[in-house]
Formats: sequence, C-alpha cells, structure tokens
Amino acid sequence: MAISPPENKLWWKEPLSGVEITWVGIAFLWGLVMFGTMVSWHFVGKQNLSNETYRTTPDAFGEKVEAMVERFQVREEGDTGVPVVHPTPGSDVYMLGRLWEWWPVLELEKGQNYRLHLSSTDWQHGFSLQPQNINIQVHPGYDMVLTITPDKAGEYAVVCNEFCGIGHHTMVGKIHVVDKK
Amino acid sequence: MAVDTQAPSRGFSGASYRTCPETGLKVCSQAEALIKVNAVVAVVFLAVGGFFGLLVALTRWPAVHLLPADWFYLLLTAHGADVLLFWIIFFEVAVLYFASAIILNCRLAAPKWAWLAFVLMVVGAVVANVAVLQGESSVMFTSYVPMQAAPHFYLGLIVFAVGALIAVFVFFGTLVIAKEEGSYEGSVPLVTFGAITAAIIAVFTIASGAIILIPTFLWSVGYISHIDPLMYKVIWWGMGHSSQQINVSAQVAIWYAVAAMLLGAKPLSEKVSRMAFLMYILFLQLASAHHLLVEPGVSSEWKIFNTSYALYLAVLGSMIHGMSIPGAMEAAQRRAGFNNGMFEWLRKAPWGNPAFSGVALSIVIFGFLGGITGVIMGTEQLNLIMHNTLYVPGHFHATVVGGTTLAFMAITYLVVPLIFRKEIMFKKIAQWQPYVFGAGISGVSLFMMGAGTLGVSRRHWDIGFSDAAMSFDYPATAFLMMGLNGISAILASLGGLMFVLVVVCSVFFGKARTPESIAASPTLPSTGTAETVTTYGSEKHPKLPGTVVLVTVFFVAFVLYYYVNWKYLSEVWPLS
Ligand code: HEM
Ligand SMILES: [Cu+2]
Ligand SMILES: [Cu+2]
Repeated sequence: MAISPPENKLWWKEPLSGVEITWVGIAFLWGLVMFGTMVSWHFVGKQNLSNETYRTTPDAFGEKVEAMVERFQVREEGDTGVPVVHPTPGSDVYMLGRLWEWWPVLELEKGQNYRLHLSSTDWQHGFSLQPQNINIQVHPGYDMVLTITPDKAGEYAVVCNEFCGIGHHTMVGKIHVVDKK
Repeated sequence: MAVDTQAPSRGFSGASYRTCPETGLKVCSQAEALIKVNAVVAVVFLAVGGFFGLLVALTRWPAVHLLPADWFYLLLTAHGADVLLFWIIFFEVAVLYFASAIILNCRLAAPKWAWLAFVLMVVGAVVANVAVLQGESSVMFTSYVPMQAAPHFYLGLIVFAVGALIAVFVFFGTLVIAKEEGSYEGSVPLVTFGAITAAIIAVFTIASGAIILIPTFLWSVGYISHIDPLMYKVIWWGMGHSSQQINVSAQVAIWYAVAAMLLGAKPLSEKVSRMAFLMYILFLQLASAHHLLVEPGVSSEWKIFNTSYALYLAVLGSMIHGMSIPGAMEAAQRRAGFNNGMFEWLRKAPWGNPAFSGVALSIVIFGFLGGITGVIMGTEQLNLIMHNTLYVPGHFHATVVGGTTLAFMAITYLVVPLIFRKEIMFKKIAQWQPYVFGAGISGVSLFMMGAGTLGVSRRHWDIGFSDAAMSFDYPATAFLMMGLNGISAILASLGGLMFVLVVVCSVFFGKARTPESIAASPTLPSTGTAETVTTYGSEKHPKLPGTVVLVTVFFVAFVLYYYVNWKYLSEVWPLS
C-alpha cells in the first residue's frame, strides 16, 4: 500500500505498466502541442500582447496625457466633464488609470492602428475592455504600449478589474469606436 | 534543539506510544496531540472563512447584494486569508506530522518546537484577522503594493509563516529520526514521499514569502520608501503559486492514502508515481509567471519559457497521478472480484463512505474543472481574455476547494476514528456531506467561470455600476450566472456546515471507539489490508479498460475546450 514502504526494495527496477507509460507519452506530447500553439500564435495570430514597456513617473505620464487632451479634445462625455479625444489614426494615445477613473475618453476610428499607452498615477488598476473582454494589468511607474486595431464600431466600456480601494466598482471609462470620417 | 526529553536513548523505549488497534501502527502521543490541535484549529478557520465566503457570494448575487461595499472588501480579504492560508496550512501541518511520525511508526522530533510552531501560527493568524477586521487592511490577501495595509497585517502573516517553517523542520527532523532508528525498512512509503515533496516546496514558498513580506512590513512602518509593484508581484507569486503546489502535493498524497486504506490500492508503479511528485519540485521555480501574463515589462520569451517548461511539466505530474490513482483503484477493485464489464469496479466502490466519495469527487473536480481551466488561463495569449475576471476565482475554487479542501475533508473522516478515536456521529449527514459540498462548489466554480467568460470582474462590489459616472451593462446572462453562483454558494456552505457539525460533534461529544465497536465497524475495511500491508509491490500490470475510458474522456474535453478558447481569443480586437 501507499502508506507502507515498498516491499520490493528495488522498486525502481520494476517494469512499467503499458497503459500508464502510454498515458505519460500522450500527456507529454500534448504539452509540446500546447507549447507549439503558443509560439505559433506569435506568427499566425493577431492577438499577442506587446512587450513594449517604458519606465515612467506619474508626472511624466500625466503631462503626456494632458498634451494629448489639449490637442485632440472634441467634446466632453455626457455630463461627466471628462474630455473625449479623437486623436490622429496611427498616433500615440494615452489612457490613465487613477482613483477612481480612466482618463480621458478615447474616440478611435474603426480599422485604424493606435499605439495605446497605459499607466497609473497611484495604485494598480485593471484595464478591462468590455464587452470585448480584453484585460490588461496597469501599474504605476510603467508605461505599457499596445498597438491596437479596433475592428468593430461601437461604444466600449473600460471597467477596472484590479481591486483599487473603496471606489473600485465606480471606476469605469469609455472608448468610442466610430466609422472613418 | 530541544529533543524530546522523554527519549534519552534511541529506539522506542522513551517516548510514550500506544498501538493502534486498527492498523497496528505505533502512535506517538505527542504527534497525536499535535495532529489534533492543528486539525481542530484548521476546521475553525474553515468554518469562519467559509462563512465569510457565503456572505461575499450573497453580495455578488445582484438581487441580494447583502453587504455594503466596505464590508464586502473587508470580508473578501478575510475570506481569502482564512481559508487559503490558515485553514489549508494548519491542516497541512497535521498532514505532515501524520505522514512522518504516524506512517513511519516513530516519535515526533522536537515536540516542544512543534508546539512553538503551533502557537506562532495561531498568534499570527489571529493578529492578521484582527488587522483585517479593524478595517484598515482591506487590501485582499495578495496585498499588492502600493496599496498599503496596517503594519500588523503583514506582521501577522510573517509570524504565521515562521511558525509554519518550524513545523516543516519538525517534519524533516522526524524523517531523520525514523531513518536513524530504523522504524521502517527500505524507502519511505509513497504517501510520505508526497508529503516530503510538499515540505520541500514549503521551504521555497516560505522563503519567497519572507523575501517579499518583510520589506513590505518595513515599508508599512516607514523604513523603506518604495517597493516596486512589479517586483512585488514576481516574488509574491513565488510564494502564492508555490503554495498551491504544496496543496496539490498534499492532496495527491491523500488521494493515494485513502485509495490504499479503503481499497487496498497499490500504485501501478512506484517509479512513475514518485517521478510525478518529483516533477512538482523540479518545475515550479518560476511558475509564478502565469500570474504575470498581462503585466507590463515582462517579455513573451520569459512568459512562454516559464509557463510551458515549468507549468506543463508540473501539469504532466498531475496528469500522471490523475491516471495512476483511478488505475490503482480499478486494479484493486478487480483484484477484489469486481471484474465484470467496464465499470463494475467503479459502481461497487464504497460510495457511501465519505472518505472515499470525498476523494473521488476531489479527483474529478480538480481534474476536469480546475486542471483544464488552469492550463488554459496559464497560456500566454489566452490569459488576455480572462485575467482578473471571475474566471480566475472560478478556476481556483475547483482546485483549492473542490480539490484540496474536499480531499482534506475526506481524510478527516478517517482521522476522527483513527487519531481522535471517536465514532463518527450523524453517519447519514456524513455520508451526504461530500456530495452536497462537491455539488455546491462545482456550481460556484462553473458559474463564476461563466460570468468571467462574459467579462465580469473579480473582487467587484457592484456589476450594475449604480454609483459610477459612466456605466456599462453586462449581458443579462451574466446576472443570471451571479444568481446561480449565489445559490450554489448556499449549497456549498450547507455542505461545509455539515462537515463542521459532524467533525466537531464527533470529536467533542462522540463515543470513544472500543474494541467491540472497532470489530463491528472497522474504519479500514479488511479488503486485503492485512495482506497488502505485508505483500507490497507494484501492481501486476492488469488491464484497466475503465480507467482508459475515463482518461480518454478527460483528454478529449481538455483538447476541445483548449481550442474553443483560442477561437474566443481570435474574435477580439487585434493587438500587438
Ligand atoms: C462555502 C464555501 C465557499 C464559497 C461560497 C466561496 C465563495 C467565494 C466568492 C464568491 C469569492 C469572491 C470572488 C470575487 O468576488 O472575486 C471567493 C473568493 C475567494 N475564495 Fe472562496 N468560497 C468558498 C470557500 C473557499 C475555500 C475553502 C477556499 C480556499 C481553500 C476559498 C478561497 C478563495 C480565495 C483565495 C478567494 C479570492 C479572494 C480574493 O480575491 O482576494 N474559498 N470565494
Ligand atoms: Cu482601478
Ligand atoms: Cu479597481
């Protein structure tokens, strides 16, 4: 039994069970297949997370966001007072997480590429784009750059999905995706 | 070290023992007492933490929305700490003492140190709970910086960890004593081998914990100005993930133990089973990577290397156990004469014995619900559509509750008569308990995963966003999932309550086992126990058609669900 010492003291010399060793082989091969799938998605898949990250500070990142808002603001989002920006396709766009809002609201054109910068000026936040269900962790001090290509027009919400204190469940932002003007 | 003063000379003479009338094992009285206190405290934390879990689940049921926001986050922090850390680790200490002193037939090394470990763990756990309940430490048990808890929150965790580390060394000391005193012949039993695996990983885990929690404590009292949030996560998960590997090792050891004790099952092959345990140690080093798949500043190469090399080979270990244990059960049952057709061996298994049904359900829930989803979440790109959604708690309630907790409950039904020497009270309730708890927790797990697939975030008080300036409407199915989750949580809590009721009543008010009652209802059925204890060896490679069917079903489910998730991924916005 498994709770008493092996009676055969040379247990490592015992032959293997055929069923068992077959299963080990299948499981091992499956591991290789999963490994291969992950690697090949970098070549054939369209959804791969960027490795581009820079060190930043809350002030430096905040300045870049301000500059973008100054240049590209088109209106405010409803009566929230949060600016909506419509940046040039292909450009660098910024979204800042802070207690407890995503700032500003972005208006992007469908089918265009944008370099989206994410960072936080206080605690960690979770960028959770709904209803797409794309989820990315946002850290203070790190500026993560993703190249995104919104491929469907519509209104998207950015829910915060990293616990960030008592206002966590009120932290919702927006991204509008519009057809090309 | 303060060695047991009652044992001046080597051998059994000094320490006090009794001989177990059911197994014939020598039971060291110090080990027995320590197993008892650790198990009892563990169950207390399970009861308290499980109750918090129910309140959290009822709050997440939109139609009920029980707690106010501050209490929700506070009790969610307490729930995570009480069940994941305190319940599990107190019980694991009991398992370590059982797998060393009891199974190896020897005295416990340094009982005074073991008592010190116990006291430190209790003090640490209580201090951490006080910190959380005072309200200044609602940071979740992960306590990601730069969010800060009160200093005594970190201090409580550190003191607890020191206690746990001492307990692990008492276990190692006991192994040395057993070896020196020759209390067993040849190699240690497989179950003890599994426990050794758990203990080695525990040392690594606690070291990681110390490396990150001590500076965090110093930061909370103002001696350190800054802790990098990314570095914190890398090291914190060095503790957080490896501690799950401890759970898996302990739980698999229990699977083998119960299969052996109730069915007389022998491993199909010692070599393969031991190698599978070894894989847990060898391949967990940077498995924390799969918690960092959507973090900034972590390269794809690092993620792929660490999730595939480290994770898949550890997963391979679990897949091996997942086949070997049912296989060993099938072989034992067939040997006992249940040889008709494909599944007579399974139908005629002791389903009315909660120790067996608990283990069987633990294997199924851990493998099908927990294992498959864990591998999928741990895939570099797939994590993008799951990270921090309710999918994550859905997954780990299948592993650490349906798998580990249920396995621990199952073995408790053997520990009460064998170690506490009490009759199990309320036999009918005990019989139903694993099914009620298993069904409830499977529901909790499935419905949280369902909601997560629809994008609902974890650790979130209000998915209706009623106080938010901007809003979002989750699909109606997401609300339905949260309601079903609430109902399942009530069922799981009922199962938990049944467990606590049976165990507490049996331990404190149960009838003592007597020679007559042992003869009338032996804890370990005579299914060949007597001869399997003496004639040990690998199974003689029988045919195992039932097990082949079971693992085939598992494998097909795994492959299909894996590629379904790639399809989901391919439908979201392109990004690079
Ligand atoms: C009656 C049984 C239980 C129920 C109903 C339950 C329910 C829940 C729910 C609803 C959540 C919150 C998910 C969220 O909002 O993010 C949760 C979180 C959690 N549960 Fe449980 N649970 C139970 C037992 C357990 C046990 C036994 C364990 C561990 C062994 C456990 C470990 C955890 C952990 C680690 C978390 C995450 C806490 C966090 O996000 O910080 N649960 N549970
Ligand atoms: Cu946030
Ligand atoms: Cu948040």
